[in-house]
Amino acid sequence: MRLLRSRPAPPAPVSPGDVLAAAEGLRVRLGARDVLHGVDVAVRAGELLALVGPNGAGKSTLLGALAADVAPSDGAVRIHGRPASDWSAPELALRRAVLPQSSTLSFPFSVEEVVRMGRAPWAALDPEDDEAAVAEAMAATEVTAFAARPFSALSGGERARVALARVLAQRAPLLLLDEPTAALDLRHQELVLRLCRERARAGDAVVVVLHDLGLAAAYAHRVAVLRAGRVAAAGPPQEIFTESLLSEVYDQPVEVVPHPRTGAALVLPVRER
Amino acid sequence: MSLPAKTPSGTSPREAAPPARRRGVPWLLTAGLVAALVVLVPVAAHTGAYPVPVGDVIASVQHRLGLGGTELDRVAESVLWNVRFPRIVLALLVGASLGCAGALMQGVFGNPLAEPGVIGVSSGAAVGAVGAIALGLNFAGNWTVSLLAFVAGLVTVLLVYVMSRSGGRTEVVTLILTGIAVNAFAGALIGLFLFFADTAAVNQITFWQLGSLSQATWPKVLAVLPCAVLGLGVAPLYARRLDLLALGERPARHLGVDVERLRIVLVLVIALLTAAAVSVSGIIGFVGLVVPHLLRMAAGPGHRFLLPGSALLGALVLLAADLAARTVASPAELPLGVLTALLGSPFFFWLLRRTRRRHGGWA
Repeated sequence: MRLLRSRPAPPAPVSPGDVLAAAEGLRVRLGARDVLHGVDVAVRAGELLALVGPNGAGKSTLLGALAADVAPSDGAVRIHGRPASDWSAPELALRRAVLPQSSTLSFPFSVEEVVRMGRAPWAALDPEDDEAAVAEAMAATEVTAFAARPFSALSGGERARVALARVLAQRAPLLLLDEPTAALDLRHQELVLRLCRERARAGDAVVVVLHDLGLAAAYAHRVAVLRAGRVAAAGPPQEIFTESLLSEVYDQPVEVVPHPRTGAALVLPVRER
Repeated sequence: MSLPAKTPSGTSPREAAPPARRRGVPWLLTAGLVAALVVLVPVAAHTGAYPVPVGDVIASVQHRLGLGGTELDRVAESVLWNVRFPRIVLALLVGASLGCAGALMQGVFGNPLAEPGVIGVSSGAAVGAVGAIALGLNFAGNWTVSLLAFVAGLVTVLLVYVMSRSGGRTEVVTLILTGIAVNAFAGALIGLFLFFADTAAVNQITFWQLGSLSQATWPKVLAVLPCAVLGLGVAPLYARRLDLLALGERPARHLGVDVERLRIVLVLVIALLTAAAVSVSGIIGFVGLVVPHLLRMAAGPGHRFLLPGSALLGALVLLAADLAARTVASPAELPLGVLTALLGSPFFFWLLRRTRRRHGGWA
């Protein structure tokens, strides 16, 4: 059976600083609504890029476009240097992994079986490190303890971690994660972003949609702030997380104060007491 | 990725062994199913109004295969080779097709309730078959009924698929309601054909609709063989990709599955298998629902075992059901479709209740 299928070419090795995904003048139309109007974003190998912004700003759509899920109505998306539409599905699967906002499963597969699905893109290439990749991803996301349980029996936060383990097991050089921390407790939010940071240090490009600006400020190398389908600001978080910009983008007065010990930016809504 | 793997509540990753529980089950089940078939086929060949001893059955088969054995007397040979064996082969083919079609359909729809009978694909295929009988069509010889059943079945699967999906998933309520609508429409069309058909055709259709294998002949076996073999052969090639489809369409695509192509191929295969079953034996319900469910409970949802396993268990179930249908009320014969529905509908009911208790109903 393997002979019948043409083997997808494995991804070429990337060096730090290579642009692994880029949107150039990207416009996306969903139904009758323009969701993105001319977005320019690039993510490089070795970098953790956070996409932040209010609800409906187009963060998930931008992530979907970078994943080659959503076709641009104008402009271009390049993945590993080539237009997104030039890649076949099996080739893309070796180059980028995507964590969706919510994970569902039609049949009661066990946690380990779900994580193992992340290795499917490599099946045609006969890799030897399947077991290691699965075990490592499960250990890193702390799901090894319930490896044998059916996915459907897990809590929301546990499911989110299993889904992340599946994405990590795919070992793609470009990681696109849509709100990986939304369902998680404090400890696991930190864990997940530390993981992202480590993947970036290991040479991968990581794009994360986040709502928690504190997490974005603490972990991201660069942040792109989206507002109404445009990039309002992009750059290192300490430069662009200013009270005036965030208050305006979120339509909510905020204060940005340095952490008393580390000096990292803390973003807090202004609350009257 | 070398994080300090300090887990909360003191569970070390070592404690959790991989799910070894399921690993050996598929092989055991496969061996058990094959063994059961090997036992049941001679028993079915033996049983009937003219019993042929099991030893004689084996001797006759050996003789025909040129492996020794002896030829039986003319009556016994005729009963075995013109009545029993075509019927057994047909039961195996139809059962395997129904079981496999059910498992495939549940995988493609991502929904454990999808089944050719429940969602109306069987009745759709039946419209084609009834049309061929009623209008006396014969343009493709023996294959005319199968061919028309396939075309009508294909149109119906496509229709149900398009109608019942929104946002990349199928909601159970929509699926069942679509099934009701399709079944009603197909019933009306069959009624129309019956209304305009002549008496001989009406008799033939009525009998066929009850779902029976009693008219089994070698030409009929030959008529469904290509559909069944092609469908059963192609289905397992897509097992891994069906597993990934359980994650949803987008995640499956992210893992390298060409979802559109997968869908087209599998819809064709489902139509082939359903047509194979329906064109000879009318509507035999619930085999495609019950069989994959039982196997999923025993061996987990992985399609690499589920698809061939469903074909095996489907063949076994239908052979047993047909044996029961022709013996429990002998010399009279119960219609096979009536028997499977009699046993299958309570299972369906139980399934509904169980899922309601567990998840508070389906969305």
